[in-house]
Amino acid sequence: MLTVSTGNKAVAMAVRQAKPAVVAAYPITPQTEIVESIADYVTAKELSTRYIAVESEHSAMAACIGASATGVRTFTATSSHGLLYMHEMTNFAAGARLPIVMANVNRSLGPGWNIWAEHTDAMQERDTGWLQVYVATVQEAYDATLMAFRIAEHNDVLLPVMINLDGFLLSHIMQPLDTTDPGDFIPPIHLPHAIDVSNPKGYGGLTGPEEHFKFKWDIERSMRDSVKVIEETQAEFSRRFGRKYGFTEDYWCEDADVVILSLGTFGKESEVAVDNLRREGIRAGSMRVRWFRPFPHLDLKGRDVVVLDRDYSFGFGGVLAKSIEAKNKVDIYSVIAGLGGQEVTYDDIAGFVKQRRMGEESWFGVSGNV
Amino acid sequence: MLKAAGPDSVLVVPACCTSVIQGIYPNTAMNIPVYNVAFATAAASASGMSAAFRAMGKKTNVICYAGDGGTLDIGIQALSGALERGTDFLYICYDNEAYGNTGMQRSGGTPLGARTTTTPGGKTDLKKDIDAIVAAHEPPYQATACAAYPQDLYKKVQKALSFRGPTFIHVLAPCPPGWRYPTEKSVEMGKLAVKSGMWILYEREYGKLTISAPSKAAIRKPVPLEEYLAPQGRFKGIDAKSLDTLKQRIEKNLKRFAAEEAGVC
Repeated sequence: MLTVSTGNKAVAMAVRQAKPAVVAAYPITPQTEIVESIADYVTAKELSTRYIAVESEHSAMAACIGASATGVRTFTATSSHGLLYMHEMTNFAAGARLPIVMANVNRSLGPGWNIWAEHTDAMQERDTGWLQVYVATVQEAYDATLMAFRIAEHNDVLLPVMINLDGFLLSHIMQPLDTTDPGDFIPPIHLPHAIDVSNPKGYGGLTGPEEHFKFKWDIERSMRDSVKVIEETQAEFSRRFGRKYGFTEDYWCEDADVVILSLGTFGKESEVAVDNLRREGIRAGSMRVRWFRPFPHLDLKGRDVVVLDRDYSFGFGGVLAKSIEAKNKVDIYSVIAGLGGQEVTYDDIAGFVKQRRMGEESWFGVSGNV
Repeated sequence: MLKAAGPDSVLVVPACCTSVIQGIYPNTAMNIPVYNVAFATAAASASGMSAAFRAMGKKTNVICYAGDGGTLDIGIQALSGALERGTDFLYICYDNEAYGNTGMQRSGGTPLGARTTTTPGGKTDLKKDIDAIVAAHEPPYQATACAAYPQDLYKKVQKALSFRGPTFIHVLAPCPPGWRYPTEKSVEMGKLAVKSGMWILYEREYGKLTISAPSKAAIRKPVPLEEYLAPQGRFKGIDAKSLDTLKQRIEKNLKRFAAEEAGVC
């Protein structure tokens, strides 16, 4: 069905289709519309989910863990401080191999209080064992949420998945949305290690170094295996519903001399910048990184690479820029931009490309040459 | 406790002594599933688990088994939330009045005057009244118990599990290394705690108080507090003022409970 929706509402509608047995959530701007919408669906009996209005995000993730451990489908949503407050439990969810799906509406971290888009929240979760996907349109928020359940619950993965959407820039804007009925696209969940009173086991008890080490390797093995599952899921999604997704979204990259790398809504601004640059005779392309964990293989050889980071690792650099640098032998011009919701237009991005200084880092409007 | 709960039960265990005594992975000494969870999350994890079992149409008992640190201190927010939301579960706090796993540091459950490794001069604050805090949430059933009275404990666990909604049992658990008395005196320590009135055994059903038999005797004639404190190294050298405060509080509590049960408060 074709409709018009915000990014938040699109996530909620996808969750309604996925029918989780338990949703445990706590409100936080700019995520709140997601959990309010789910509460509405439950109240209207459009969704037979047990909705637990917990007293904190730490408890939201704990409740999802407790529910998921019994083998049922679970979902939660958060942002910013909420995500960091549940940080202990995000590690726990991945460690316990529970396929929890969570939407994180990317927002900056205080102090001072700032509710606008920034990726620093999700970046602080990058080593937890969660899969992370970043979306750029309302439709993609819907589609990625549906796919997240299928990927997380796949028995070759059994790791939690985080769908990231930019606060306000995507969570609160309206775009056309096809609320495709997924049919049997998401198979019933089967958790092999679900709690079973007829076969009582201990979970997460005292574990010696040897076993503990193996468990960690097992997470990495599944993270690597998830690459194939993501590919298969996205291919199947495209076959069924006609919308195609990859690990990256590439725009005019084939013959590009310079490629702009980014996450989230920056990618869509970059596409407009590419159009304008090409009109000026500059062979530019845009490569929007969708899956940040597992981190994809990128083909960037022989091009100038301009990386936009809406995040920063102090004393080190832009997280996306440094990740690309670590995985590819390419020259990078790193631009830190958009922190705390700073406005960054396609003209600004075209400017970054034209004024690029390979091997250097600039903070847009603050330090450096842009 | 496990006998009273039966096989259709799951234990939710945050960091506490039970994290250690249940056995090393992949074995467990319990005959029911044991789900170990993060320190602050016993009640929150149980909320999710209970909701999931009920969503599947299962009546499985979800039982939190947590220490005083995990209940009175770091886990109190999750406990309060789960109680307020009417979660269908039983929360058992076994209280040895300090952080035992880490080597006896003071907790909110440590009584006034007790020495711990972080109160080497004796605790200067009173024990937190978690039962009053729980009672303020008006759960359908709550009780206190003591490991020295196993039949009383057994009946209370059975009774708690017969209710729908949140239930809470606070169990005093004498701890030989922490309280510094010989192991063989554990039952005696528990009994002296009750007989002196330092620990009062009771139940509340829908708020209505019933004092359990051993504590009725204590209300009539408590044994001197010194008999309970003297064998415990943690109270060695307790100052006169703390001792006096403890005695006054015992007297006040025994009167308060007796009056409430008699309906004169």
